[in-house]
Amino acid sequence: MAIVIIGAGQAGLQVAEALRSDGYDGAITMIGDEPRPPYQRPPLSKAYLLGEFTEAQLTLRAPEVLARKNITLLSGVSVTAVDRAAKQVRLSDGRAIDYAGLCLATGSRPRPLPVPGADLANVLPLRTLADTRAIAAILPKTERVLVIGGGFIGLEFAAVARKLGKEVVVLEGAERLMPRAVTPMMSEFFRKLHVDHGVAVELNAAVSRLTGAEGKVAAVCTADGREFPADLVLVGIGILPNVELAQATGLECERGIVVDACSRTADAAIVAAGDCTARRLPDGSLLRLESVQNAIEQGKSAAAALLGKERPFVASPWFWSDQYDVKLQMVGLANGHDRTVMRGAPASHKFSAFHYRGDVLLAVDSVNRPEDHMPARKLLDQGLSPSFAQVADLGIPLIAR
Amino acid sequence: MPKITYIEPNGNESVVDVPEGWTLMQGATSNGIDGIEAECGGSCSCATCHCYVETHADKLAAASETEEAMLTNVAAERRPNSRLSCQIKAIAELDGMVVRLPAAQS
Repeated sequence: MAIVIIGAGQAGLQVAEALRSDGYDGAITMIGDEPRPPYQRPPLSKAYLLGEFTEAQLTLRAPEVLARKNITLLSGVSVTAVDRAAKQVRLSDGRAIDYAGLCLATGSRPRPLPVPGADLANVLPLRTLADTRAIAAILPKTERVLVIGGGFIGLEFAAVARKLGKEVVVLEGAERLMPRAVTPMMSEFFRKLHVDHGVAVELNAAVSRLTGAEGKVAAVCTADGREFPADLVLVGIGILPNVELAQATGLECERGIVVDACSRTADAAIVAAGDCTARRLPDGSLLRLESVQNAIEQGKSAAAALLGKERPFVASPWFWSDQYDVKLQMVGLANGHDRTVMRGAPASHKFSAFHYRGDVLLAVDSVNRPEDHMPARKLLDQGLSPSFAQVADLGIPLIAR
Repeated sequence: MPKITYIEPNGNESVVDVPEGWTLMQGATSNGIDGIEAECGGSCSCATCHCYVETHADKLAAASETEEAMLTNVAAERRPNSRLSCQIKAIAELDGMVVRLPAAQS
């Protein structure tokens, strides 16, 4: 039986390698539309742009390693259709490949900016190595950077641009930074952090259009009539899951390709993993996570499912972001919390916020407190909730030794 | 290029030429060494690139405060020679170094 994996990012690679480590020795074909072997994306907005990592250091696996594991990588090729009846995928180069098992690891793409002028030169997203190269090429000639979207990508890029000595403005449409990802207290901490580093942070800023000169962006205009001059505009307003292939072949898609905890779709021969999915939770709701951990965990589940085994994704979701000298590590989902207990003071730049519903711990956000983040992951994975008093007292360990 | 020997959890030994400036984690993952997960890609955020430094310990800079904090909660046993391989950069002086990888990273 042959297995085809559409997508050669973190999730696709994980599926291929997990199939091998689970003992599968049949054919594996991994198809990626980028012209290179799988690479790491997280450093793109951080170490790579700062010149601390070279391109070669982004490589997840050298091509020889894939060859040694007998994983066929087709790169620079896209899949144009999935024919579920014929169990076949069709490629942009005209080929067709039969599958017995198929994994959709199609990832996501930057949400396009829906205003006039978004197609001007020097208006760029930051997702792929190609995007990042384009940014790196323009940066030396850039004085004024404007970031549209105060999420992780936008703020990580703002921090990099400040380190490189650029003038930086961040425009966020909501009333606070990272509104989908962090609590208001953490939004305010990061707003202050960026302002202290010389970034102009504009909240409630609705971008209405971009203006240019000679085809290049010159300014960003907001609905309230303000105009911000810019040489480089970074657009970081979220992603869209790549669901089109799944949708066209009739698989259920809602905020992503719908999968269960074991990464299965309704088609017994098809699984999906990573950014492109929305996972159905026990309460019936859908959760889309955009993270390396999600790609890895769903990749392992998907490989197991293709081999007829159940390996559900049960770990608490975790995320991280590096901005200036601040390391943010988050675990769990704080939605629905009714109490926050602080461990350490925000003013010290070393603290954690423990979010509870009643006396049940839901999530922990740590700033420069890896000594809290790691035990918090253990506590949440085991369903344990430390007392408020224990959390508030820095002298008491979170997990008794 | 310094040669680093990785001892995988199953006892397999692999000798890898790790370019100077690369981390021992990057040398391992790009060469498909088993036993390192490196979820965060080398930003000292996940503690899944834990290794035991068997030789050349005296040639290494001390672990940072962040690395120390991450090491307190690694999945496998923490030993005096535990380090995160993403925080060790290959330099000429590390030629011949041996690191052992634990059975569990998460």
